[in-house]
Amino acid sequence: MFTVLLAIGILVLLSLIFGAILGYANVRFHVEGDPIVDQIDALLPQTQCGQCGHPGCRPYAEAIANGEAINHCPPGGQATIQALADLLDVEAVPLDGDHGAESAKRVAVIREDECIGCTKCIQACPVDAILGAAKQMHTVIADECTGCDLCVEPCPVDCIDMVEVGVTAKTWSWDKPQGIAATSLNIIATDRQAEVTH
Amino acid sequence: MQTANIFSFHGGIHPPENKAQSLQLPLGKPSLPSELILPLGQHIGQSSRPLVKVGDKVLKGETIAINNGFLSSFLHAPTSGTIAAIEERLIAHPSGLSDLCIILTPDGNETWTTLEPLSNWQDISKTDVLAYLSEMGIIGMGGAGFPTQVKLQGAHKNPLTHFIINAAECEPYITADDMLIREKTLELVLGIEILQHLVEADNVVIGIEDNKPTAIAALKSLLIKRNSKIQLAVVPTKYPSGGEKQLIQLLTGKEVPSGQYPADIGILCQNVGTCVAVHDAITLGKPLISRFTTLTGDALKNPQNVEVLLGTPVAHLLDYADSEKKKLSRLIMGGPMMGYTLDSAAVPIVKTSNCILAASKKELPAPAPEQACIRCGMCEQACPASLLPQQLLWFSKSQEFEKAEHHNLFDCIECGACSYVCPSSIPLVQYYRHSKSSIREAREANVKSDLAKQRFEARKARQDAEAAEKEAKRLARQKATSSKATDAKKAAPAKVAPTAAAPISDESKKLKVDIAIGKSKLKKLQKLLLEAQENEHIEEINNLQLQVTDQEKTLAALEEQLAKTAAEAPVAATATTTAKPSPAPVSDELKKAKVDVALIGVKLKKLQKQLADTPDDQELKDKITAFEVDLKAAQDTVSKLSESPQPSSNAATPEPKAAISDELKKLKIDAAIAKAAVKKVEKALKKAEEIQAPEIESIRQQLQEAQQRADELEKALANPQDASQKTEAAPNSADADAAKKRKIDLAIAKAGVKKAEKNIQLLKEQGKDESEIEASEWPKKLIEAQEKLATLEKEQATEQTVPAAAAPVSAANVDADAAKKRKIDLAIAKAGVKKAEKNIQLLKEQGKDESEIEASEWPKKLIEAQEKLTALEAEESTPAAAPVSAPVGKTTDAVTKSEAKAEPEMDLANQIKKEKIAVALAKAQINKLNKRLESTPEEADSIKQEIASTEQRLHSAEALLEKLIHSQTNMQENR
Amino acid sequence: MALLRITSPHTQRAGRRTSWVMQMVILATIPGIVVQTWLFGWGTLINLMIACITALLSEAAILAIRRRAVGFFLKDYSALLTAVLLGVALPPIVPWWVTVTAVAFAIIFAKQLYGGLGNNPFNPAMVGYAIVLVSFPVPMSQWLGVQDMVTAGETVSFMQSLQAIFHHLPVIDSYTMATPLDGFKHKDLLDTQAAFSSIAALQGPSLNSWLWVNLAYLVGGLALIWLRIITWHTPVALLGALLVMSGAFHLFDASNTATPFFHLTTGAAMFGAFFIATDPVSSCTSNRGKLIYGAGIGILIYIIRSWGGYPDGVAFGVLLMNFAAPLIDYYTQPRTYGHKKAKTGLKIGDDN
Repeated sequence: MFTVLLAIGILVLLSLIFGAILGYANVRFHVEGDPIVDQIDALLPQTQCGQCGHPGCRPYAEAIANGEAINHCPPGGQATIQALADLLDVEAVPLDGDHGAESAKRVAVIREDECIGCTKCIQACPVDAILGAAKQMHTVIADECTGCDLCVEPCPVDCIDMVEVGVTAKTWSWDKPQGIAATSLNIIATDRQAEVTH
Repeated sequence: MQTANIFSFHGGIHPPENKAQSLQLPLGKPSLPSELILPLGQHIGQSSRPLVKVGDKVLKGETIAINNGFLSSFLHAPTSGTIAAIEERLIAHPSGLSDLCIILTPDGNETWTTLEPLSNWQDISKTDVLAYLSEMGIIGMGGAGFPTQVKLQGAHKNPLTHFIINAAECEPYITADDMLIREKTLELVLGIEILQHLVEADNVVIGIEDNKPTAIAALKSLLIKRNSKIQLAVVPTKYPSGGEKQLIQLLTGKEVPSGQYPADIGILCQNVGTCVAVHDAITLGKPLISRFTTLTGDALKNPQNVEVLLGTPVAHLLDYADSEKKKLSRLIMGGPMMGYTLDSAAVPIVKTSNCILAASKKELPAPAPEQACIRCGMCEQACPASLLPQQLLWFSKSQEFEKAEHHNLFDCIECGACSYVCPSSIPLVQYYRHSKSSIREAREANVKSDLAKQRFEARKARQDAEAAEKEAKRLARQKATSSKATDAKKAAPAKVAPTAAAPISDESKKLKVDIAIGKSKLKKLQKLLLEAQENEHIEEINNLQLQVTDQEKTLAALEEQLAKTAAEAPVAATATTTAKPSPAPVSDELKKAKVDVALIGVKLKKLQKQLADTPDDQELKDKITAFEVDLKAAQDTVSKLSESPQPSSNAATPEPKAAISDELKKLKIDAAIAKAAVKKVEKALKKAEEIQAPEIESIRQQLQEAQQRADELEKALANPQDASQKTEAAPNSADADAAKKRKIDLAIAKAGVKKAEKNIQLLKEQGKDESEIEASEWPKKLIEAQEKLATLEKEQATEQTVPAAAAPVSAANVDADAAKKRKIDLAIAKAGVKKAEKNIQLLKEQGKDESEIEASEWPKKLIEAQEKLTALEAEESTPAAAPVSAPVGKTTDAVTKSEAKAEPEMDLANQIKKEKIAVALAKAQINKLNKRLESTPEEADSIKQEIASTEQRLHSAEALLEKLIHSQTNMQENR
Repeated sequence: MALLRITSPHTQRAGRRTSWVMQMVILATIPGIVVQTWLFGWGTLINLMIACITALLSEAAILAIRRRAVGFFLKDYSALLTAVLLGVALPPIVPWWVTVTAVAFAIIFAKQLYGGLGNNPFNPAMVGYAIVLVSFPVPMSQWLGVQDMVTAGETVSFMQSLQAIFHHLPVIDSYTMATPLDGFKHKDLLDTQAAFSSIAALQGPSLNSWLWVNLAYLVGGLALIWLRIITWHTPVALLGALLVMSGAFHLFDASNTATPFFHLTTGAAMFGAFFIATDPVSSCTSNRGKLIYGAGIGILIYIIRSWGGYPDGVAFGVLLMNFAAPLIDYYTQPRTYGHKKAKTGLKIGDDN
């Protein structure tokens, strides 16, 4: 009987000791990772367009951290959704069409002859990419423009166009090769179907 | 001639050479095509900027486009003709996309423009030779198209051990360099000698593959004949021995460190075509307008090498070499290993096109379908960069770009050896290119999104600050209405709630932030105001003034609030409370005083303008004097006040500082008193003069004495200021303060100058003759004041440049500030020049003869001012370019770069200055002569002759100046 | 004129396709197959036929299920090569279902389930061999003896081989004997000298027959090196490590261990060194990696032969080193041009 009690006692003691060690290690060697909001924010495209229904990318990042769907960001598109899904370890879902469709990269261009200098677009621009003063012509700093569309709506004379940034010889790059057996005809028919239905 | 050691490099392949075909026929010279297409981006870097308009007639060799920044090149008309269009055309590029091209319709005359060879290249500075090469449009003709002068400039970084001439031409099929060596052996060697003069390398080695015996023999015999020191290294034929890095390894055994250039290890590589082009440019004056190109492939009946004008469409060359349309299945620009396919034969030959390969299907069959990688390792054995291509493929396929980078993806030179040997026909190079561009794009996108985030956050902060400001204003108003009630109760809540200290200190922190924002805004506005005043934009001044006062008011309100909160939380913030409340009101006062100064200054200026219109209005004059007195007083208060907040703001060094500033204050007050005295005496003097009073002499004496005293005091004032500057440990705020002080001093000095001038003018108007004026103290005073002004300005300028250079970390903001300041300096300098010119004009108008004017200080002054202006301009354009090309983080780079380039640039600036002086002198002389001509018509002939010769001198000087400025702007744009 | 637009390079080395590589490896086994047939009768060839048919059928079936282009992938000869390697590795009179199991397992589980050619982490042939070795130890240990050593005094005839493989040959025992490695393994308490003088499998003719087999594979392997299909690194490292291990232990304890020559010329030493360990897919890629990988296999072979449960250790040695291959790869990256040091591991962001 004593042996049994001794065994139990030793086991209990051991478990207490190891538990204490583990607990201490947990506190002592706690790794302070990037807060999840920062990590999410880093993946968002920072267009600050508000298409997700939040006033900027960071608020949406906070919302995602609090459980909002990850597919509300049209500028980021499927690539961002995939990255968010990888980060948060959730299923990648298609983009929510209610928030807009994914489009090619665009920049705003002011038709400068028509601009009346009302400064409304300047106030709307989330990244201060529009230059101008009252009753002076405004212009968009193309390099700073995130293509968020927010300046189009307030313009009273509709002189802002969203222009797609085309591919030039300088920005062009090689496509990824199509992969194994790609040049033979119809060689992986199933794979292609799978992509379409996905 | 010596033979060089040969080393070896890892990997490499031996594809069938196929070089014999194109060497059967002699060098061909195709006819002129119906149009020449000249893309603006034939080189690495920024596209050139067209100089011509549609419809312009150009001569052969005329510049039609100039460089657009540092990494850019010139472009010349390959033949005489008319510019038909400047439009998008298909260009020779793997993408098959279009780009902007100048279209030239030849007139068939081939009329050369006047050629200006650089025959004295051995005597003039190397920088000038480099600039000349740039203007001749010379770029690396081996394939990358790196502007040659940039490469040569880079070669000055380290002393060169090896200057390697790349004649390896390892790509199959291509024989253009082979043919070039055979045809232009002498030109090549002369070109190498010119380049060697420019780079001064220890060894000059020509690296050539052993499959070109004819070229080797030709070179050998010439080198022996010339008893040349150039070495000839015959390397075994192995692809890619012609790659720059591989050839360097072959000839020197050294490796170019990853991510660096050959120049970093003291090696320079140039293609043979480039050497010949350099020779043609320097000794013949011919810009780069043609090149040797190989036309080869089974689809051509007459494969051969041709010397072809740049811009010639490929289709024209295919016709020339009798292509068989039916056999042609793949059209490649470049060789079969690294060339790219062309969609259309409409694309033109550019500076880097060394081969057109028109291949039949049998010759280059379509690639087999890609199979699975079996990791056989053949690619690894072939890779000249010792990479693991199979691992890179794996990572590229699975988009694991970080791992790919870790496996040195960016050391891949895309030579294609791996794809060539791959048994599974995997387009490895395309995978790598895709991965590389994906990584680059991701990086760029990252940078952009970071920037967007920053801007967004900055905007938010600004909006918050604005909201807080409004809130503060509202509070202030509220308080004003119920001030008494709150005043009475103020003490109570603090005692009642000592625990509330923490929230209050929070609030005070917020307030402080607001204040800081407000202050910076205020500073900006003040700067703008100063600028506007300098440029005398009345409207803007008023507007800005309003803004300044507005800002100051809000700031005051905020500070008041802060003081209040600080007072409310005495427990938590003892440190701040002791320090804060005193500076707040003082700085308030100071600001108000400053505003007063500015306002008075504006009014004064307005009045002066009016006065200029109606010079006889006595009332106005009185007003002005009154204002001037006001201004002085206000300035005094400003300078006084600007002292007082210092001790509290710099708590770190309170004791010596306080003492010094106290002393300073006293001195300043003394100085002000002395000045006032001077002024009084001056006024008296003036009055006396006006009424021709007899006691004028005694008054003058008094004036002199007073002046002396004032000067002494000022000197004393200047010294402790220096001392205080030295003691200042925390330079930022202190510097700003010092700068402010100096500005005030500057303003005072300027006022002094203006006054002196006015007085002189007054005297003149009163019909005093020159000698009297001269006798009076005024001209001397004027000069003194101006000198003082100049020194002050200089001081300020140096002061301003110091922080810009010293703080490269926060360089973006600082740069912007510095740029603004520099602009202000510039404006000041310009104003100075204008003033000097006006004065000279005035003197002339007053009928002074030339010698008198010459005797007066003005012309010299003018030149000085101009010098200063140019120096400032040079200075300004340098940093102004930096932030543009180098965004936030890269400023350090820019700094180092600018350091690297500082030397030639300084030379240039100096030269420009000299030339400008020469121009000014010549102009002055012409003016003088003209006047003499008028006064002494009997000597007309000789004078006219003199004028003519001077004018000639002037023109040449101007031309030179223009050239210099041009090259300088080029250099600056290159940053 | 429709012009082709593809990336450079525009030429490829003529003829040297993956299928050519596979064919050459298959052809290089011919000397070994000939010697084996000469020594052990037709069984090897029959095994090869069974293995090849099984391999092609199972490869085609699984490709069809995976909806890949059957013809395209069958033509790369990789399945056939696996079959050939297994066919020569299995005992000549092993029952047909053993061969079928081994090959089918190799193709289906060890190769296709991992994604087909190029994606398998383990050598398929050795996976198949190991599976049948542990599952059916009795038929797997029945090797035929050379004709002048066995009781029957001759090699098995073609018909007898067929009967043995597909049905049952009652007299098979008079044709079989232990292999030298088997014999040495079971010398029990005998010292080396006694073992070599008393055990039948360790007599001259038996040893010579295995010497011939190994020499034949050495010839085939050298041909592969000459054709630059394999590099010398793996085989040299493997044989070198085996030599050093056996040499060291023989010097240390000559009475209980065999000579290095014995180890290098018996069993699957040469076959393993030149044909199994050099499988590029599952081995290391860099030259340094290959040296470590080969040496590892050599050491493991000696350990298994000396102290393991099986007489030969090539299959397990290779499989164990397959596990280590990716790790070795990370730590044996070659020094890239322009870098002072070779990178190791996968430390991201800590680049030199």
